[in-house]
Amino acid sequence: MPTKPAGTLYRGREGMWSWVGHRITGVVIFFFLLVHVLDTSLVRVSPEAYTAVIGAYKNPLMALGETGLVAAIVFHAFNGLRVIAIDFWKKGAKYQRQLLWTVLVLWLVVFGAFAIRHLSLALGGH
Amino acid sequence: MSTDIQSPRSGKVSGGKIAPQYRRGAGSKGNFEMFAWLFMRLSGVVLVVLIFGHLFVNLMVGEGIHGIDFGFVAGKWADPFWQFWDLAMLWLAMLHGTNGVRTIINDYAEKDATRLWLKVVLYAATVVIVVLGTLVIFTFNPCPVANGVQLPGGFCPAP
Repeated sequence: MPTKPAGTLYRGREGMWSWVGHRITGVVIFFFLLVHVLDTSLVRVSPEAYTAVIGAYKNPLMALGETGLVAAIVFHAFNGLRVIAIDFWKKGAKYQRQLLWTVLVLWLVVFGAFAIRHLSLALGGH
Repeated sequence: MSTDIQSPRSGKVSGGKIAPQYRRGAGSKGNFEMFAWLFMRLSGVVLVVLIFGHLFVNLMVGEGIHGIDFGFVAGKWADPFWQFWDLAMLWLAMLHGTNGVRTIINDYAEKDATRLWLKVVLYAATVVIVVLGTLVIFTFNPCPVANGVQLPGGFCPAP
């Protein structure tokens, strides 16, 4: 048995890195989803229990975490649509690089708008 | 004179040309992996709409995250529209995420036993979260009572 692979199948560039990004953001979102269903379930325990745990989401450090989570969600969403385009659009595979740059521009616009609004609400005036 | 044109890779066409181990449809898994692949794409499109809507309504409108408390949830789930929205989001996101993590386990866990146990844990977590979330959406009570006393913070009809 060889201890090291003789070569690598990973070919770098936009194709591989978008795939790496899609996996990492997917796992992050999945684990948050598990936690988020559990915290929301506290509405069945008592109004006070729910309000207490939601209070934790309102502190400034958590606001940064939420912003990071939304960064992951927006990337995963747009890159997922890119994957669909690659699979179902005749020219998708040919233009996968251009599609990735489109994803990144859209990500910047949508995430930027979210971050400005969410951080000013979460950090300001309360 | 007419000629029947068989679809590619169908039995008659590929009979002798594709080695048996590469032939589709005869495996023990059937078409499961194809449906899983298709499900990821279909659920993905729907989830983009559901989750972007969820984030917009909960975090971008009004006072954003500061507006979220028990009353906010009670207000949303008083409307079957949001109950259905959240139910669809719960089921689709959990199945989409579970299948994604299943793929990752299959890719990186090399030992059969490791793969098996990681997936047992994954599926158990999925069942617990989906069942719990579904029950919470449908058994939600805006006016919870414990030992005959209304809990503070609830929304109860005037006596």
